[in-house]
Amino acid sequence: MHYENWRRKIEHNERFSKEESLELYNHADLLALGELAGLKRRLLHPQRLVTYIIDRNINYTNICISGCRFCAFFKKDGAQGGYVLTREELSRKIEETLSLEGIQILLQGGLHPTLPFSFYEEMLAFIKSEHPIHIHGFSPPEIVHMSRQSGLGIGQVLRRLRAAGLDSIPGGGAEILVDRVRQAVSPRKCFADEWLAVMEEAHKQGLKTTATMMFGHVETIEERIEHLMRLRELQDKTQGFTAFIPWPFQPHNTRITVDPVGGVEYLRMLAISRIVLDNIPNLQASWVTQGPKVAQVALTFGANDFGSTMIEENVVAATGVSYQLSEKEIRRIITDAGYEPARRNMAYELLQCKKAVSAQQSAKAHG
Amino acid sequence: MDWPSRESWWQELRAKVEAGERLSFEDGLRLYQSNDLLAIGALANTVRRRLNGDKAFYIYNQHINYSNICVNRCRFCAFGKDKDDPAAYEMSTEQIARKVRERSHEPITGVHIVGGIHPDLPYHYYVDMIREIKKARPDIHIHAFTAVEIAHLAGISGQSVSDTLCDLRQAGLGSLPGGGAEVFSPRIRERLCPKKLSPEGWLEVAEAAHRLGIKSNATMLYGHIESAEERVNHLLALRQTQDETGGFMAFIPLAFHPRNTELSDLSNTTGFNDLKNIAVARLLLDNFPHIKAYWVMIGPKLAQIALNFGADDIDGTIIEEKITHMAGADTAQGMTRAELRRLIHEAGCTPVERDTLYNIIKPSAISKINKDQDLG
Repeated sequence: MHYENWRRKIEHNERFSKEESLELYNHADLLALGELAGLKRRLLHPQRLVTYIIDRNINYTNICISGCRFCAFFKKDGAQGGYVLTREELSRKIEETLSLEGIQILLQGGLHPTLPFSFYEEMLAFIKSEHPIHIHGFSPPEIVHMSRQSGLGIGQVLRRLRAAGLDSIPGGGAEILVDRVRQAVSPRKCFADEWLAVMEEAHKQGLKTTATMMFGHVETIEERIEHLMRLRELQDKTQGFTAFIPWPFQPHNTRITVDPVGGVEYLRMLAISRIVLDNIPNLQASWVTQGPKVAQVALTFGANDFGSTMIEENVVAATGVSYQLSEKEIRRIITDAGYEPARRNMAYELLQCKKAVSAQQSAKAHG
Repeated sequence: MDWPSRESWWQELRAKVEAGERLSFEDGLRLYQSNDLLAIGALANTVRRRLNGDKAFYIYNQHINYSNICVNRCRFCAFGKDKDDPAAYEMSTEQIARKVRERSHEPITGVHIVGGIHPDLPYHYYVDMIREIKKARPDIHIHAFTAVEIAHLAGISGQSVSDTLCDLRQAGLGSLPGGGAEVFSPRIRERLCPKKLSPEGWLEVAEAAHRLGIKSNATMLYGHIESAEERVNHLLALRQTQDETGGFMAFIPLAFHPRNTELSDLSNTTGFNDLKNIAVARLLLDNFPHIKAYWVMIGPKLAQIALNFGADDIDGTIIEEKITHMAGADTAQGMTRAELRRLIHEAGCTPVERDTLYNIIKPSAISKINKDQDLG
């Protein structure tokens, strides 16, 4: 009975209210959610394509004053193992990325207590002067931190970073966009309103961004839905989010003791995200946290993107969860599920593999 | 690429499943060839619910792999070793009994024992092994020796399979695990495990056991070089035997792990492949009471998901599994009862602890133990 109503709503492109989203969460079984999310996905992306990007995470520092309870990556300033990458290290990582046909770096770090704002500007300018690569960098908590440290407004920080070479902003640090939860798990990180304000300003300035959600710690189901509602509201205003990436909290090596979210719960949340976030075009499966098998299955639960080849990943790996996939493997997994794999950029524009392009060109030259 | 369309054969198939009719070879083939994972899963779940409601089973068990020395040396195996290999091992019957005794404070109901085809361990070693385990822990159910090992024991004892099984039963053997079936295809046996017991031999051991009232399980190793046709034929051969004997308890699709095997250039199985094998087995094996998603092989996350794709069992606590881990499985060595129950619960099913023969362990016994231990 419910199912047919939900199905009709999706077919008619009607929006799920907060209450309806909760009802969906509480009453739909796993396979029904998959069907509904699959339907929404097909309406949004009629082509049977699954995209992915070749990029690398670069964490310029792991020193962080935020001390979030869910994080296994950060170090306190002065603690053993703390680092700030040198320019040589940065360059080497970027060169390696380019040599693997990577087109982007995801540049993120901790909230470093003493680095001046000029450090970030100079880092961007240095990268851009040396390497032709897209910089997807600095999640909103870092932007807010830079603003606090420098005394510059958010708008000013973003303008200057952009001028220095920032191309787009990753959606990290959203965790759950409800202050009760943030207070409990990341009290020193920016508030929900601040996170959204950074994204709103970025979108206004023409920077595209993604959005994430880290769930499965201390939040309630209502708070997860609230998170989706807040993203949807902002997206209505700005249209600046390209993708949504939900991932479950990985409790190992952190200071939150909960049972990890299972595969079923992950797929349910992914499917609900697809159904509810009707205005965010792309939904990413997280093989980094779920492993390749569950990530593949996620393609039938609404995901249309397989994320990144992740030439390097440090943050999830610090929780003891470590999967590795080559581009070849990613393509095989996508094909095996009956989809066509396609490389993309941050804006989700399709790219052709260099090899494919050159093969075409030589065919043309000979034809 | 087009989206999978649910053509007329889907409607027919659904009608057949809903009416409880038997599926054909062609149905099985179409199911394997389809990428409509959710539709296959939903259909399999219809059958699963009919047979097992929302129950999902697990067992508090112990695995012992008594020796990895094996003369068969199947190409898909990372466990078997030659006798002179530095990594070869064999446990004495005392060592085995000690392993059982060491855990006698735990509420283990079954011990699962398999090993290689050893070139020279004598027949009495195996009989003694069973007897000593029984002495160490009289209440434990001994689930030991695949059909391949049983045929080997019959060979070295110079007796028939039935007489061998009678000896073992007298010593305390309870039931047989389902390994060694691989894929019942001459082409595959020839290429991957030419020295192994033939498909006919495997089924004969199962039949002999069932005739004696000894229950057993059945498996299929998938994800290497087998075709969809070969998989369907395998399942139908099992179905036919089950029609005759009714002695199989569970079917367990086993995902091939290529690492450290001679087939290491192959890829791991995908999530689609794993779930499809669960679901298609549930649909074709209409006379098997249980389909097991073996978490050691496909990972706890996918095993949990599989409970919504036709599986009603995720195996057990295990501890110290060697065969899949030698092939590079990155799953944990064991899980607690609380973890298993939580996985099942989160999947939307009711966790039910069983013994090897699927007798239900009374919830009161479990909650008492849970109070005594740290388990929730």
